[in-house]
Amino acid sequence: MARLALLLVLLAGTAAAGPPDAARQDQLRHLVRQDCGSCHGLRLTGGLGRPITAQALAGRDAEDLSGVILDGMPGTAMPGWRPLLTEDEARWIADYLLTTETQ
Amino acid sequence: MMLKPFLAALMIASPALADALRGTGDLGLVVEREAGSLLVVDRSERAALGRIEGLGDLSHASLVYSPDERFAYVFGRDGGLTKVDILTRQVVRRVVQAGNSIGGAISDDGRLVAVANYEPGGVKVFDAETLELVADVPMGSKTVGIADAPGSRFVVATWDTGEVWILDHSADPAQPAVTTLEGIGANPYDALLTGDGRHYIVGLFGEKGLTQVDLWQDPPKVTRFLPDYGKDQPDLPVYKMPHLQGWTLADGLFALPAVGLHQLLWVDADGLAEIGRTELAGQPVFALARPDQREVWVNFAPPDNDKLQVVDVLTHEVLDTLTPGKGVLHMEFAPRGREVWLSVRDENRVEIRDTRTREVLGEIEARAPSGIFFTDRAHRTGL
Repeated sequence: MARLALLLVLLAGTAAAGPPDAARQDQLRHLVRQDCGSCHGLRLTGGLGRPITAQALAGRDAEDLSGVILDGMPGTAMPGWRPLLTEDEARWIADYLLTTETQ
Repeated sequence: MMLKPFLAALMIASPALADALRGTGDLGLVVEREAGSLLVVDRSERAALGRIEGLGDLSHASLVYSPDERFAYVFGRDGGLTKVDILTRQVVRRVVQAGNSIGGAISDDGRLVAVANYEPGGVKVFDAETLELVADVPMGSKTVGIADAPGSRFVVATWDTGEVWILDHSADPAQPAVTTLEGIGANPYDALLTGDGRHYIVGLFGEKGLTQVDLWQDPPKVTRFLPDYGKDQPDLPVYKMPHLQGWTLADGLFALPAVGLHQLLWVDADGLAEIGRTELAGQPVFALARPDQREVWVNFAPPDNDKLQVVDVLTHEVLDTLTPGKGVLHMEFAPRGREVWLSVRDENRVEIRDTRTREVLGEIEARAPSGIFFTDRAHRTGL
């Protein structure tokens, strides 16, 4: 399964489009918790970075947030994740952050 | 006679007694950050002895030890300060003292525990015995890199305002004499104190270079160094902030993890001049000298956090690239350097390796382990 997915990704190249499948969603949830969590806290309640819970982000635009995820925020410690995520994946994370109750 | 029954009782009692009594010099704690628990480990047995639970949000948790190496003070992200007994494996006391914390330190006399807070920004100092608040020093900024300096002092840097604060509790613990050093640099992200307690070195995220504060001078002397590092090439994204604790002086040199570059910087400790760089496999997070200082071991930020590299202090060359597994968050050396314990977060285990042969000596199950802390830290300045 993983190999097939990898093959598809390779075939699709950088243009790999479409929302992440279930397995990739698991990886992305893990990435949010662990890697975003390095600065924003495992529970996303903030740390060196600001809180990014659904409550803290209420009213933010998903497209705008996915832009921040992909390209970072110049002048702050927020890096751009474009080397590691596709645009669809960043959008999925933005929606996930906006709609998921953490804890 | 009374003697015979007494001796018999003693003979029966003594094995139990021998079992119950034990030292703590070969014990340690592993932070299980998502579970909010600590695993008590025994270095000699290479095994877990048990678990202490109920410590709250342990994202980025760190801890320090009491001078008797029996109690640990654990600093949680949720502002929790928890005192645990590693022998009985129980929480002794717990206070939630702030909204959001980053780390802490214990004074050289073991009587005061200081916590560096993000929210509200500043330092709070507690009685090590009771965890009662002794002093509250608001700083108007997130605080980073707190360390214990000799003479009941704490040193900390401020992320938002680029300052270093020195709190001297020696005359009156409740009314520390405060020295504030401004203009340290933009966005200090962490700092370290050298083992002799003399030099406090601050890493900067908001600009290039680093700052050294010489605490032996009165007033403390501030020196900027490596002002140009990284300016000649584009910065790479930093997916996890480097840690500066453990930038141990090795062979008269500092080995510093670069920020935004996949390099280790070698700096002459006397002149603070750069004398070389080592190309690495990723953004370094910890660059730790093995206790004999012959090698520096480095782990990495995502996406390279499955690796470790071992660098030769004399040649500055990478000797080995190891791949312990996904999410190598922390390394802790046995006090004399023979073994290194590695937390492999995504594989739910701690891996133990021989630091010379690099061979895997053992493995301990742990729930998403992060920091590993051996009790010998109790007797080291600046941790």
